[in-house]
Amino acid sequence: MRMLTPLLLALLLVPVPALAQDAYRVGAIFSITGPGSSLGIPERDTALMLEAELNAKGGIRGPDGKVHPLKLVIYDDASDETKAVLAAKKLIDEDKVVAIVGTTLSGTSLAILDTIQKAEIPLVSCAAAVKIVEPVAERKWVFKTPQSDHLIVGILVDYLKARGLTRVGWLNVDYAFGQLGWIEFEKAAQKAGLTIAANEKFGQKDVDMTAQLTRVKAAGPQAVIVWSIPPSASIATKNFADLGLRAPLFQSHGVGNKMFIQLAGPAANGVVFPAGKLLIAEHLADNDPQKAVLLAYAKEFEVRYGSRNTFGGHAWDAVQIVVKAMEKGGADRARVRGAIEGIRNFVGITGVFDFSPTDHNGLDSRAVTMTQIVDGQWRPAK
Amino acid sequence: MTFAEQLAQYLATGLVVGGAYALIGLGFVIVYGVTRVINFAQGEFVMLGALGMATLLGRGVGVVPAFVVTVAGVALLAALLEWVAIHPLRGAPPLAVLIVTIGASIAIRGGALVVWGTDPLALPPFTAGPPLALLGAVVVRQALWVLAVAVLVFAGLWFFFTRTYAGTAVRACALNARGARLMGIRVERTHRFAWALSGALGATAGAVIAPITYATYDMGLMLGLKGFVAAVLGGLVSPPGAIAGGFLLGVLESFSAGLLSSGYKDAVAFLILIVICIVQVAGWLPWRVAGEGEA
Amino acid sequence: MSARERWTLLLAVMLFVSGAAWGVRSTYVLSALTFVALNAIAALGLSLVMGFAGQVSLGQAAFYAIGAYASGILTATHGWNCWAALAMAVVAGAAAALLIGLPIFRLSGLLLAMASLGFGIIVYYVLVNWSGVTGGPSGLTGIPPLAIGGFRFDTDARVFLLAWTVLLFLLGLAGNLVDSRVGRALRAIHGSESAAQAAGIDATRYKLGVFALAGGMTALAGGLYAHYLTFINPSPFGFGYSVELVVMVVLGGVASLWGAVLGAAAVVLLVEALRAALPLVASSRGAAEYEIVVFGLALMAFMIFLPGGLVSLRGERWPPARAER
Repeated sequence: MRMLTPLLLALLLVPVPALAQDAYRVGAIFSITGPGSSLGIPERDTALMLEAELNAKGGIRGPDGKVHPLKLVIYDDASDETKAVLAAKKLIDEDKVVAIVGTTLSGTSLAILDTIQKAEIPLVSCAAAVKIVEPVAERKWVFKTPQSDHLIVGILVDYLKARGLTRVGWLNVDYAFGQLGWIEFEKAAQKAGLTIAANEKFGQKDVDMTAQLTRVKAAGPQAVIVWSIPPSASIATKNFADLGLRAPLFQSHGVGNKMFIQLAGPAANGVVFPAGKLLIAEHLADNDPQKAVLLAYAKEFEVRYGSRNTFGGHAWDAVQIVVKAMEKGGADRARVRGAIEGIRNFVGITGVFDFSPTDHNGLDSRAVTMTQIVDGQWRPAK
Repeated sequence: MTFAEQLAQYLATGLVVGGAYALIGLGFVIVYGVTRVINFAQGEFVMLGALGMATLLGRGVGVVPAFVVTVAGVALLAALLEWVAIHPLRGAPPLAVLIVTIGASIAIRGGALVVWGTDPLALPPFTAGPPLALLGAVVVRQALWVLAVAVLVFAGLWFFFTRTYAGTAVRACALNARGARLMGIRVERTHRFAWALSGALGATAGAVIAPITYATYDMGLMLGLKGFVAAVLGGLVSPPGAIAGGFLLGVLESFSAGLLSSGYKDAVAFLILIVICIVQVAGWLPWRVAGEGEA
Repeated sequence: MSARERWTLLLAVMLFVSGAAWGVRSTYVLSALTFVALNAIAALGLSLVMGFAGQVSLGQAAFYAIGAYASGILTATHGWNCWAALAMAVVAGAAAALLIGLPIFRLSGLLLAMASLGFGIIVYYVLVNWSGVTGGPSGLTGIPPLAIGGFRFDTDARVFLLAWTVLLFLLGLAGNLVDSRVGRALRAIHGSESAAQAAGIDATRYKLGVFALAGGMTALAGGLYAHYLTFINPSPFGFGYSVELVVMVVLGGVASLWGAVLGAAAVVLLVEALRAALPLVASSRGAAEYEIVVFGLALMAFMIFLPGGLVSLRGERWPPARAER
């Protein structure tokens, strides 16, 4: 027994293998396993793809005029808050990274905030909750790339109102993603004068949402909104079709991957949801500033890993933002942070970013567009 | 939609989900009854059944051969698990065995993650067609398959346990292992058989519900827990009890989601579990929950 | 182990811990060891329940959650003094344990395991759904770190020292309890409940007391967790954590108080060691997934080859080994 503890401690301290001396080290924490893995895996894939791509070109030209290779150190937090905290501390203290990209989920990002703020290292999160970057005064070192929920919900509510769909049934999944969507929707709906006829919840592991949808159906809404991610979002969509609900079905940006369509099958047709422009890149006007970037990323990702999704896009933005900042700030954490705050008009996958000392997300409602599923394909919604 | 139609819908939904819970619960009962082990990995058998079925159907294998291969494969794996990990621990404290089954469930789940990845797999219903309307409730065709298979399995098990020599031997082992051994029944073999049977039951449940719920590597835990509650509800050693418990649980869940609060729907199952334990202590329960005085 | 030996050992560990707090510069190592201590406090409570009362609780995460949320809500939302809130958290944990244990403990067997499993999951759903108070699934931010006057426990070294001090203090306390009259009574109950009862020991009361004590200890660990991370959300308090605590206790060895510490260390450090030993694994595609498989298989192999837990390596057992069935 007395042998074991030191042994395990020794394992903790196994040295990190030596690297090219002048590499810029960037940490990344993604939920590669656990409930967040369907988001975390494309994020990791995208990050690896970008690393290879950048290093094939030699690397990053730092402020010293030299070209430095990029070295990503990626850890899995297993969608677990405690593991995320340990991963962050390991990246900061053992791996001595310049900045951290991630985490995948809002819960893990909020859990590592304290560590990040105290260690004074820039974090570019791939999670959506607005609390991650606000209030900015207490989030000096923290940035995020996904659109905040109020942007997404705002576009959806405008769309509903413009079509006179004012009596709405709502269902959300019972974890952070669904709850935050509901909070923003309730606010926006009240402002826009929508009536919420039904408000139901379901679990991400639920096998059937017929009971909840039956209640929604009985309330007689003009439109139904389901705020979740697959597979539960797909099950709800199938149940919706089976129950013969005729109201149009709206969903969240959480269904912005091919998996949703594969799982829901024909029931997915007609679903309208707010999302980034990546999914409908081919259909964008040629003068859209993002079109070229989106098409290039989509093509490369699909060659390597399969169908595109917006989550990988969040990681693309996060890594690129850190890389851009390191071109100005080198390996200095404080200068990199300052450089991120100074990034203007950066054309990313999620949107066009304009960071500032008061805006650590840098996006506006142009980063959201209504998308419709037609014959199993994404199209701009009419 | 009238209120009566809503009620019919809740009942129909509950019965279908309950059929799956009953099949899973039966797996717990058979393993517990014969070997006095609560098999934490039972839910993982369900997951393997669902993923196996999805994979084979995706490769163009017919429904019947895919079903047979999947169920047999999982049964084999369950027997293997008993042979490698449970059998060597006979006589060990029940807790140690419980931890081994926890370890097995973690390892199986991880293995499924490596093999199948995180994306859920969709599979077509066994027979295609629009949903049917029964007494005002909408019922998808696969739901009828779930119920039909469940009923068939229950009938088969009843026949096996009461009308065949092998089934009687299993029951004898459950009642009194030493006595059974003295009567010339090979208890070790019966144990392995019980595990294989519970694996087959779990896989059956997974294979028939997968077209409704999809198949993912992490679907086993919650389904396993619900099946466990169903088994406890029925007394943990009684197969008919587990069946009744499964249907009861499914219907209660569906009604509470429909009539009370959908947010607390999952809590209902576990509230029932606590109530059963307390009622058992008070001695009001007409049947006994097994496990008392054991552990 | 005699009382003197025990306190000597505790003192030695305390010196080692203080040294580590001064000497170790890596917040990562300190933080990993802090989580070991927090888990060990919770596991220690559970090991008393399993060792003394011969019962398994599959819902300890609920008490951890009650502690974390009680302390978090009272300080962050209601502005309480952090120590008063922490004390309240302990009381809440113990009271919840009494509430669930009172109707159950009159019977032995798996009933407590089942009831506590149900309790643990219900508490989780309450945290998720009662969002007006708990913050719901997206969690509760703005929990202040613990502080005495102007001295704030807001660095890893300080929290590390605090957590280990609390753990060692509780270990000493639990050791005293084992040696006391109460401990003898409990050991008698563990040996044979009916014999103990015949000797005039009120078994139910003693077992209930241990369960409440464990609930309070686990809640204390939860409260420390909340003030350490300054953010809590429901997901760390799910069924998985209850199982993890049982695994820690059994890995360490049910029959020993130090087993809880060893088990907690083994679980936390094994996961971190896997990460350290394979630093490139997560960076390559499709490899982080193997970690889970290795963990599960290791757990199985461990129980098959060492069913007595880590402490059995040393040959000391408490309470005396029972004849195995």
